[in-house]
Amino acid sequence: MALHISTGPHLRSRQDTPSLMRDVLIALCPAVAASLYFYGLKALWILLVSTACAVLSEYVWQRLMKKPIRLNDFSAAVTGLLIGLNMPATVPVWVPAIGSVFAIIIVKQLFGGIGHNFLNPALAARAVLLTSWPSYMTKALVPERTLTFGLFESSVDAITSATPLVAPVADIRNLLMGNIAGAIGETCKIAVLLGLIYLLIRGVIRWQIPVCMLGTVALMSWILGKDPLTAVLSGGVLFGTVFMATDYVTTPMLKVGQAIFGVGAGILVVLIRNYGNYPEGVTYAILIMNIVTPLLDRSLKRKVYGEVKQNG
Amino acid sequence: MAESNKPTMRGVFINGVLNENPTFRLVLGTCPTLAVTTSAINGIGMGLAATFVLVCSNFVVSCVRKLIPDKARIPAFIVIIATFVTIVQMVMQAFLPSLYDALGLFIPLIVVNCIILARAEAFASKNGPVISAVDGLGMGLGFTCSITLIGIIRELIGNGTVFGISLLGASYQPMLLFVLAPGGFITYGLVLGIINAITARRQAKAGKEE
Repeated sequence: MALHISTGPHLRSRQDTPSLMRDVLIALCPAVAASLYFYGLKALWILLVSTACAVLSEYVWQRLMKKPIRLNDFSAAVTGLLIGLNMPATVPVWVPAIGSVFAIIIVKQLFGGIGHNFLNPALAARAVLLTSWPSYMTKALVPERTLTFGLFESSVDAITSATPLVAPVADIRNLLMGNIAGAIGETCKIAVLLGLIYLLIRGVIRWQIPVCMLGTVALMSWILGKDPLTAVLSGGVLFGTVFMATDYVTTPMLKVGQAIFGVGAGILVVLIRNYGNYPEGVTYAILIMNIVTPLLDRSLKRKVYGEVKQNG
Repeated sequence: MAESNKPTMRGVFINGVLNENPTFRLVLGTCPTLAVTTSAINGIGMGLAATFVLVCSNFVVSCVRKLIPDKARIPAFIVIIATFVTIVQMVMQAFLPSLYDALGLFIPLIVVNCIILARAEAFASKNGPVISAVDGLGMGLGFTCSITLIGIIRELIGNGTVFGISLLGASYQPMLLFVLAPGGFITYGLVLGIINAITARRQAKAGKEE
């Protein structure tokens, strides 16, 4: 009899990186559909370019560095798509293109490729683009079409406007449907919520981070005298919570750590929104918590049974 | 110069510029490297100012090295360095006011630049005055080249110009990030990584030939 000896882990599940990433892509479908509905060809073009640039940079880098080519894990496609969905509709396509290249080469591959990046690549790219070309990145467009489901009447012409966080509070139903200005993928909250539900049901993400983060945003906004529901539904909080703050690589591994991560990110979002220079703080809030993640993982590590206490 | 006990002028100079380049090999003086390299002219201005201070302070420290009691050597070095920094600051303020404004606080901060202090401590206090001045010149020029290189990259990407001359045309949309603080870190890291990769490749090649 041949004995097979290997190191742990010995418990294997059928989940692997490609299947997880495929689930994320499926979860993104409603948001993609909503962005296509609201912004049409502009959105399609942005999403195509950002995804193609991400996949291409990954391929070229792995080819040049003579590394195994791992396009089939879909991680580059997810990053590219997330970058595209985070763009306002008016953006020139070279902006998401540069964002995708930056995310894959600088943020992901230079730190060792998938699993080694210390920041979420899509968010880091968004932060870079926001710093580099603020005028393009903040010019959001109110969609030409509206989604009503017969709930209310609306006739908005295409106008550029500041993100709703700057402008007076939008109608809650408009916020839910996405009849507001914002990045192409994050405005339709119903689509993002569908993605969240799918990811939770499939067990791709745990509830700790999204619930803690959204709960903290609502609570903090309520304490500061803002409407908690509007705070959660406006801007990029929901999209960031569901798709960025749940990235495996850059968030804590333990449930307690994930809860702390969510609360921390929520507090930072509200603080940046209300006291910072930027109207929206989701990007920086999650990035800051990404950096805290190794610390959380290390300090919350459970003692191994039988470990000898070391006298420091 | 570990092999020969007596350092040669040429060896010491080359050592400062290349083998022990303060910015990319010793990773000293990172504060001015990151803070003032938003443009090529700032880089070269900062580098030359530091070079002047380095040459003069190395020379003077070496001259008085036998008079300074060991326990009081750091304050003594600082006083000598501060003297020359003050000279640089006043000359620059008088003759190059725009550069003086651009570098701002970082000129007086040359006093605590660790390259200068490190050379006083590690080289000038153990060697003769002339060779110490040569060491200062090598180190200073190495520093100048490095931060000018970073300045060129950052100015080109972040502003579309090099030494104020537009290179990328009017349609270029500058990537502002590169003239801001994060761009400094990213550029420094990338250049450092490329230089390390080249060195590693060269060493591997040399190892094979032996």
